[in-house]
Amino acid sequence: MNEFAALVFPILTLIRKELLAIFKDPANRIVLFAPAFVQTLLFGYGASFDLTNVPYAVLDQSHSAASSAFLAHLDGTGVFRRQATLSTPGQIAQVIDQGRVIMAISLPSDFADTLAAGGDAPVQLILDGRNSTTAGAASGYIAAVATAFNARRSGGGGITLVRRAWFNPNLESRWQIVPAMIATLSMLQTLLLAALSVAREREQGTFDQLLVTPLTPLQILVGKAIPSIMIGMLQSSIVLMIALFWFQIPMSGSIALLYLGLLGFTGAAVGIGMSLSALALNMQQAMLYTFLVIMPLTLLSGLITPVRNMPQVLQIATYVNPLRFGVDLVRRVYLEGAGLGDIYPDFIPMFAVAAVTLPLAAWLFRHRLA
Amino acid sequence: MSVAAPGELLPRKRPVVVARDLRKVFTGPDAVPFDALRDVHFEVAPGTLTALVGPDGAGKTTLMRMIAGLLHPDGGTLEVLGLDVRHEAQAVQNRISYMPQRFGLYEDLSIQENLDLYADLHGVSKETRAERFPRLLAMTDLARFTARPAGQLSGGMKQKLGLACTLVRVPDLLLLDEPSVGVDPLSRRDLWTIIEQMIAEEGLSVLVSTAYMDEAERCERVHVFNKGEQLAQGTPQELRTRVAGLTWVASPRSEEPARDLQARLIDASERIVDAVPSGGEVRYIRRPEVTDEQLDDLVGDRVARPREEELEDAFMLLLREHESDRNQVPGPSADVAGDEVRSGSSTSAAKDEAPIIEVRDLVRRFGDFTAVASTSFDVRRGEIFGLLGPNGAGKTTTFRMLCGLLPATSGHLEVAGVNLRTARATARRRIGYVAQKFALYANLSVRENLEFFGGAYGLRGRALRDRIRVIEAQFELDPHAQSGILPHGYKQRLAMAAGLIHEPRILFLDEPTSGIDPLARRAFWRTITQLSQSGVTIIVTTHFMEEAEYCDRIAIQDAGRLLALGTPRKVREQAGERGRDMNSAFIAIVEQGREASMSREPETEAVS
Repeated sequence: MNEFAALVFPILTLIRKELLAIFKDPANRIVLFAPAFVQTLLFGYGASFDLTNVPYAVLDQSHSAASSAFLAHLDGTGVFRRQATLSTPGQIAQVIDQGRVIMAISLPSDFADTLAAGGDAPVQLILDGRNSTTAGAASGYIAAVATAFNARRSGGGGITLVRRAWFNPNLESRWQIVPAMIATLSMLQTLLLAALSVAREREQGTFDQLLVTPLTPLQILVGKAIPSIMIGMLQSSIVLMIALFWFQIPMSGSIALLYLGLLGFTGAAVGIGMSLSALALNMQQAMLYTFLVIMPLTLLSGLITPVRNMPQVLQIATYVNPLRFGVDLVRRVYLEGAGLGDIYPDFIPMFAVAAVTLPLAAWLFRHRLA
Repeated sequence: MSVAAPGELLPRKRPVVVARDLRKVFTGPDAVPFDALRDVHFEVAPGTLTALVGPDGAGKTTLMRMIAGLLHPDGGTLEVLGLDVRHEAQAVQNRISYMPQRFGLYEDLSIQENLDLYADLHGVSKETRAERFPRLLAMTDLARFTARPAGQLSGGMKQKLGLACTLVRVPDLLLLDEPSVGVDPLSRRDLWTIIEQMIAEEGLSVLVSTAYMDEAERCERVHVFNKGEQLAQGTPQELRTRVAGLTWVASPRSEEPARDLQARLIDASERIVDAVPSGGEVRYIRRPEVTDEQLDDLVGDRVARPREEELEDAFMLLLREHESDRNQVPGPSADVAGDEVRSGSSTSAAKDEAPIIEVRDLVRRFGDFTAVASTSFDVRRGEIFGLLGPNGAGKTTTFRMLCGLLPATSGHLEVAGVNLRTARATARRRIGYVAQKFALYANLSVRENLEFFGGAYGLRGRALRDRIRVIEAQFELDPHAQSGILPHGYKQRLAMAAGLIHEPRILFLDEPTSGIDPLARRAFWRTITQLSQSGVTIIVTTHFMEEAEYCDRIAIQDAGRLLALGTPRKVREQAGERGRDMNSAFIAIVEQGREASMSREPETEAVS
């Protein structure tokens, strides 16, 4: 028992020191929490693939009841906003080039006649491909509107497609993004915090003072990793609160399981941060390394773009990315209500990363020489 | 000598710098404004070498930077080369050269590229370069290394290159801010040779700041500053007369270490201005009002005789008087090591003969480079052991291996009875370490720092609280003060307290006195000698050679090899006739060592 206390007590001392050093700095107190708030709100409102108020232009050369009915349908969705009504095809290029509209719909002069004759009336859609995501989504909407229009005209019958999107019934991109932020935002900060923790001490000369104490590298590692993990979990909690109570995205799974997953995930992120920190000789290097890894980690995480759309090589590379599994785990527990039996495979790569990076950091403490 | 040196073109009478009522206000770390300089009246005569002396924080750098037009005065007038610096800073800067304390060498550029760059910046013509570069390179002895990147030079060589870059053109006024700080005695001597040669050949007007009195002694005029005030000015002779008749030297009784007598004298601060051990004796300065009788019980039956006064003595007297006017004599905290210290008991009795540190054939290589080559020595319990050497000699490497911060490549290393290669954690428990730079957590309070280090050494609960109370009292520390904004002297006390919190048997001190003023240095050594008397072994590195006199034994290293080992007296004797004082003994021994190695292995020198 006494031996155990002798092992653990210095670690507790170190944890206390780390927390004091972090929270005694007024700038830190703000930097650690304000961005979590602001960024969650920014991502919640700003990062959205949902189309609303899409400006478009119309070239109606048919001037018929049929064409008016079709356009009324379009305006009635609430997704599109008619920005311009054109009179000649030559004007199309102009409005799109200027970026006033992202698409132009051209209804040919024989639109009503062809429909009346029971033929297929082509509607030309000209899209601004400079933003392919929006253009793609907009054309999808138009196709849906056209289908609905056809169905109405034929007076029922035929095949109707009924969509049911599970876990996100209205397919809101906010539901996709905000829960993922629980993992992503906290990673950005914990990574930086962990990366600076040793580098700051090296730069200020206190690391030597720490190394001459009887603390073993393992004790230093644990004493430095735990405060970073604690702060990471705290940040995740902030984002979780905003998701639950501000954006009111209903949570399907177990809170306990979510936190278990976050613990594993933050541990892996801290492991990466500590390794970078032990490698860096000063804070500037640590910061640079962190920014170098954050970009690919975020890009290859499946946060925005699905991992299975990536080339095979990159898909394999994502296995060392704890954020990929963190995002997957959080989304599945939060939206799908997945249990441990469903998501345990996510833990394996995260533990593997932590198991490599944490001991590596401990080894580097004493072997990385200035 | 050139026919028309610029100094002679100026009217002889007109000073190059004139300052009246000069004032500069800074904001302190505690956000309270203070006068970095006030009421400064100051002149620099053309064609002369003028020195600014004073401890850190005296205002020397502030004055230099104002003269260079880099800081605006907050009051008074400042005229440089006949121009008002406040309004014509650029015009002044075009005609002066300024070498700041940390000169801006481009570390990735070679020596030649650095010179070219500075010549380009100053618009030096091709013809001037062809004439000047070889001369500068020869003077600095850097001609052999022109292709070497500046980042790979030793501290002394960097300073010399910095000086060469400053001198790519002939300025009307040369400002040198502590050019010799952190430079070993050999490079220091070389630097001064260059400066004096440039003055003789080109009639430069030079203003130099320094912490070394032997350097100020070479100047025509000396201005003494402390805490933003000018205390005195005059020629070195004029300043010396202030202490005429007050300077004495006493020999300790046989078997009495000089530092014990020094401690006895310096503790009597109402009668003694200053005392330092030197050459086995103690040099001291009496207070002017003290009579012979009053000193009798201090000196007792020891032999005391007057000695010639030096600039250093005058400087110490001025500082001591100024500090007591300010009512804060930074005397050593009493009884740091307990009551037995006061009795002045001889340290040799307390010394155990068994070595507490054993070093055998210690080697450390970094790649192909051998930083420490086959070094062996012992340190006995209770000893004060000094590690000395020029920049890059391997003393820091040796030191870091001794405290377990750096693994040895080969050899045997035993500290406090524990083999450092097999049981580092156990050995670390028995040693304390005080880094060169303040290395505690700046935004934690004194108490929090001590609690952390106590806890890291395994103290907890009551034992920790008791120990913290004792050590706070010992070093007179305010537990709630924030560590980062403590004055320098208190920072060092805190660092010592943290290093001693677990009552180690050995205390390692890395350059503890660099950058602190002479009064604080005396107080610091007083603490060290007291600690040593209580049985703590002290290992210390320093580049103030006179401080070696406080040590029981010293080791001098150069190029990784141990050149001398023994008592200060023995080392001085090894230096032969040139060993008048520690500084010249050091230079002599290092030069002898270099000559020996040159004659022994000329081939390898040529290859590398």
